[in-house]
Amino acid sequence: MSDSPTTHREHHPALAHHFGSLAEQKEASTLGMWVFLVTEVLFFGGLFATYAIYRGWYPEAFAAASHELDIMLGAINTAVLITSSLTMALAVHAAQTGDRRRLMIMLVATMVLGCAFLGIKGVEYHEKFVAHHVPGLDFQFEKEYFRHAQIFFSLYFVMTGLHALHMIIGLGIMAWMLRWSWNGTITRDYASPVEISGLYWHFVDIVWIFLFPLLYLIGRHG
Amino acid sequence: MSRTLLLPPHHYLNDGFGVRSWLLTRDHKRIGLLYLAAVTFFFFVGGAFAVLIRLELTTPAGDMVTDETYNKLFTMHGVMMVFFFLIPAIPSVLGNFLIPIMIGAKDLAFPKLNLASWYIYILGALFTLYALIAGGVDTGWTFYAPFSTVSSTTNVIPTAVGIFITGFSSILTGLNFIVTVHQMRAPGMTWFRLPLFVWAIYATSLIMVLGTPVLAITILLVAAERLFHFGFFDPTLGGDPVLFQHLFWFYSHPAVYIMVLPAMGVISELVAAFCRKQVFGYKFVAFASLGIAVLGFLVWGHHMFVAGQSVYAALIFSLLSFLVAIPSAVKVFNWTATMYKGSVSWSTPMLYAIGFIGLFTIGGFTGLFLAAIGLDVHVTDTYFIVAHFHYIMVGGTIMGYLGGLHYWWPKISGRMYNEALAKISAAIIFVGFNLTFFPQFVVGYLGMPRRYHAYPPEFQVLNVLSSAGASILGVGYLIPMVYLIWSLRYGRLAGSNPWGAVGLEWSTSSPPPTQNFEETPIVTWDAYEYPTPVEGRVV
Repeated sequence: MSDSPTTHREHHPALAHHFGSLAEQKEASTLGMWVFLVTEVLFFGGLFATYAIYRGWYPEAFAAASHELDIMLGAINTAVLITSSLTMALAVHAAQTGDRRRLMIMLVATMVLGCAFLGIKGVEYHEKFVAHHVPGLDFQFEKEYFRHAQIFFSLYFVMTGLHALHMIIGLGIMAWMLRWSWNGTITRDYASPVEISGLYWHFVDIVWIFLFPLLYLIGRHG
Repeated sequence: MSRTLLLPPHHYLNDGFGVRSWLLTRDHKRIGLLYLAAVTFFFFVGGAFAVLIRLELTTPAGDMVTDETYNKLFTMHGVMMVFFFLIPAIPSVLGNFLIPIMIGAKDLAFPKLNLASWYIYILGALFTLYALIAGGVDTGWTFYAPFSTVSSTTNVIPTAVGIFITGFSSILTGLNFIVTVHQMRAPGMTWFRLPLFVWAIYATSLIMVLGTPVLAITILLVAAERLFHFGFFDPTLGGDPVLFQHLFWFYSHPAVYIMVLPAMGVISELVAAFCRKQVFGYKFVAFASLGIAVLGFLVWGHHMFVAGQSVYAALIFSLLSFLVAIPSAVKVFNWTATMYKGSVSWSTPMLYAIGFIGLFTIGGFTGLFLAAIGLDVHVTDTYFIVAHFHYIMVGGTIMGYLGGLHYWWPKISGRMYNEALAKISAAIIFVGFNLTFFPQFVVGYLGMPRRYHAYPPEFQVLNVLSSAGASILGVGYLIPMVYLIWSLRYGRLAGSNPWGAVGLEWSTSSPPPTQNFEETPIVTWDAYEYPTPVEGRVV
């Protein structure tokens, strides 16, 4: 691997050969994550555009379909996710200050909250399934809005489903960070993996912050 | 010339042998060559479909294949060429190889991600090849709904999955290039000292990162509608098919610029190197790349002038489409101005560059015809469109790709190809290309629709001309395959700078060492600082 003739000064084991310093490497990986998140914004953006168009065309059907969602479970899930963002931020802080014990506790807390979110989401999906609100599977809805409520629920399942998929990926990343904290890869000098994972986690939370009002709260004002 | 050249003792090609040293490499140069092998394969697969299409069209009757088979032929031709050749060709092969060297870096910012991108590309390609072997797909490369979501009985899902996966290869490659250009430049390599190829790849990467995810979500919606009857585009489920077209072209129009911008970057390098001059208006050419990238996102509606889009939207899209001509023309004018009073040498890469400038100009001008709503309505879905975009993609992108491949081949392989054969094949390609596609402008203007396997007999002469041209073009593409491979072993050694060009890639050995440079270069000069010609020289 590194039998190159150039003599290297003692350097950090996490420093890749093509970077001059850990700081440079951190800057590159942080920028990389931000660019990736831009990609994600466009990915969800296609869905939000589709949502905006159909909601603009069929506001009554969307409101009627939205009332079938469980606003209580949705609100609890929103609180769960925001709390997980807090524990994530605390995990980043613990990593930066080199507090390994607290880092691991916070990572576990984030994962527990993430799993709780997915569990509640699963309960909601089950309710929709029982109530015949899954398009394509003997979909039932009041006649007036039948066709366009289908679009709402199609969007609901694709949007929340993709969000849940991102959560699952996020849990995988957290497990990975937990392992790196456990084996001492994460140190005060090398906290950037946790910081970058945090960026991703917060992004996934923010997506939900948009999904919740758009899907659950149509026509609930006033 | 009489100096004996030697290969450098250590270079990236002899740093490890065997399959593992290639398939697990993180060296951007080797990954570039992995892409070279893959895209060449898909170029010839896509080409084989083109051969069958042109054979069918030599006679007016649909006598060689059934109409259903014909639908599959042009679909697979489009899918293979667009997603598996044109989009990755220049960025992933030449960009991978050159970007780090041109900016004085040891590698891309994320070497493992770079290798992963190649595997993602291959995985997507396998799905698509499976779709091909399982019987093909007949929707056209555009996958218009609801045909793709409801009516078609062919392998839409495996193809869609293949394109979806390959899209991530494109996104991650673009991400890698953006971060690399921002973070990995050598000391002194400021933004305005970057070679224009780097600017072009940077602009292309922006499109890849911003556009491709929209294609991904669109494909996902098509799949959800096809598999689970989630209504998004099918009117019987309450959806709107025009929405599909909006989402699809939001990516697929900018994708045209993913294909042609890198070629423009190559041409800037070639024109400077073979005219021995600083590129005229460097900053204009650099910003023109960004301008094309930005404007490219605002013109997708010109694909939908007949699709039931509002007249006002059409009007605005028409206007914006005209605007793309400005940065494109800036480039053509500036290349021409660079050649003016330059000391032009007619090496093979320069022949391709000149071919590009001419063919791209024709492709671009006919693009203006199509931006004009009235004329576009007349030629929509005719061979005029087919000719137009082949002038951009084949006349533009492939000319740029081949020009770049010849120019940097000595750097990649350390050896020279046979110049005489290379010049002959460049000429064959130019003649074959024009004979193939120019008649299509005419036959399209006369009213022959695209995507039919039979046509009225009065169009036969023009179609036979086109098919004859295609066979010449095919020969032109095969010859470089032979002499480039031959040169790997028998070619004369190139030395580090066979063209006497400036640019960091020519300051390191050919082939370059694994780390690209013996020591990190410190840049104190602008791009293309060619020595000024001796004054008072008799011309």
